[in-house]
Amino acid sequence: MSQYQENATVTRVEQLTEKNYRLTFESPLIAGVCKPGQFVMIRTSIGQDPLLRRPFSVHQVLGESQIQIYFKEVGRGTTLLAHAKVGDAYSIFGPLGRGFKINTGGPSILVGGGLGIAPLLLLLKENCRLKKTFDNDLVILGGRSRAEVEPLLEDFKQYGVTVRVATDDGSLGYQGYVTDILKASQVTGDSTVYGCGPELMLAGLAKICKEVGVACQVSVESVMACGMGACLGCSRPDKKGSYIHVCLNGPVFDAEKLEWNM
Amino acid sequence: MEYVKSSGDSFADMQVNIGSLQLKNPVMTASGTFGYAREFENLMNLQRLGAVIVKGISLNPRPGNPPPRIVETSCGMLNAIGLQNVGVDRFIKEKMNYLAGLNVPVIVNILGDSIAEYEEITSRLQGVPGVAGIEVNISCPNVKKGGVAFGTDPKMAAAVTAAVKGKSTVPVMVKLSPNVSDIATIALAVEDAGADSVSLINTLIGMAVDLKTRRPALANIIGGLSGPAIKPVALRMVYEVAKKVSIPIIGVGGIETAEDALEFMLAGATAVQIGTANFVNPRASEDVVDGLAAYVVKEKLSSIRSMIGQLNLA
Repeated sequence: MSQYQENATVTRVEQLTEKNYRLTFESPLIAGVCKPGQFVMIRTSIGQDPLLRRPFSVHQVLGESQIQIYFKEVGRGTTLLAHAKVGDAYSIFGPLGRGFKINTGGPSILVGGGLGIAPLLLLLKENCRLKKTFDNDLVILGGRSRAEVEPLLEDFKQYGVTVRVATDDGSLGYQGYVTDILKASQVTGDSTVYGCGPELMLAGLAKICKEVGVACQVSVESVMACGMGACLGCSRPDKKGSYIHVCLNGPVFDAEKLEWNM
Repeated sequence: MEYVKSSGDSFADMQVNIGSLQLKNPVMTASGTFGYAREFENLMNLQRLGAVIVKGISLNPRPGNPPPRIVETSCGMLNAIGLQNVGVDRFIKEKMNYLAGLNVPVIVNILGDSIAEYEEITSRLQGVPGVAGIEVNISCPNVKKGGVAFGTDPKMAAAVTAAVKGKSTVPVMVKLSPNVSDIATIALAVEDAGADSVSLINTLIGMAVDLKTRRPALANIIGGLSGPAIKPVALRMVYEVAKKVSIPIIGVGGIETAEDALEFMLAGATAVQIGTANFVNPRASEDVVDGLAAYVVKEKLSSIRSMIGQLNLA
């Protein structure tokens, strides 16, 4: 498992909504080995404040040498990144963690909510590269409103897979939750559901998949200091009553292994 | 004598001695920030380290605390990991083989809820190939005595030290807690009890509040503060302890660079531990080794040892 610390230059900055940004980095070592669902740790400041790197899932790998992250400005670290300019350099460490295991044997259903849409684009690209047919595949994207989903829609549609949208306010697509769309879909037993989004959404996905009896992989979030299994800060309880670590054992887990504390 | 190659063709004498333990350079990794070293094998050259101090080991496995376990604070972080570890038997069986093969002194950090536990862990570590020293974490509460931390009472700190010394054939380093009114008193007590060296400081207890949820940021409510924020406190304590004890001191607390390490050496430290910096830069400890060697060459020092305790107070 190769991991690198790269000094990566920003090659593109896109502000997709008021608070959501997409950054592209020239990061050839990480781009060369990164798998869907893996993440990187980015140092947002060269000083000591903020001190710790911030974890971001890899949104896309472009060409042979570029990676993209998609994030929301929520705190000091992401605010610094939101002000990045083309040519700025950041220390990026990765790729880290276990990603999605693409099941090529049946339909793939990718479900993303809010910022959880981020890792699904790279997953979709790999999914379509590895599978002979993806006629029965489905992408379900959700957000609070049109602005959260629309800027990424064409990037998903380019692969030719059916894309459905749910928004809380109905300003784009179905008014309601991504889980409503999943429930209403004809999910066959050989399908695999891949999810990333808020904890409540993932718990909902896990429940539906268990009822229908289909495999479900989810990518979860956690605060973390190191991203590589040294600090043991990103623990969460599992079904067996012990702790697993999001950075090492995840961030992608079989949903049935996780304890959902709602 | 071992030398570390610096830039160009110059060589720097980097060896330091912690009692009977000879280190090829003064840079160690702090317990709990470096896993069992293997986690870092692809990110740096582990052979470059003066010593590796592994994650704290207890007699029985500990699951650790519920999340959230960490929170970032200004120039630092709070943690309440809860001493999660695999226990001494699994540590010896699963981790020591690899560590012994590194050809770097391995110092095992140990912790317990009673003196008997410290003794038992020490006994089980004796004769295990690769174990070059023991670091005693005395910051955990003594469960038998109602939860008072061993590290805050000179008598209890001395009792733990003497107990571990009584069972150990390898050098014993005692890691001091900064959460005391006079750290030099504790240092003297453990020196008198036979400690071969002291490392300081462990984390400072602190707290963070999430205003949005109006809850403590950590599930454990309080946690240990580490990182650059605590460096001035650590330096002051190393300086104060160096005035009182004659055993070697290992400086710990917010060290990120060779410059930080040199400041601790001037204040009286013989060696240093790199802690939280490992989380930010996985090769921080190797960078400090490089920086120290470069400094020895640039300043034309006879050895890195010539920096120890040479703070200019004139």
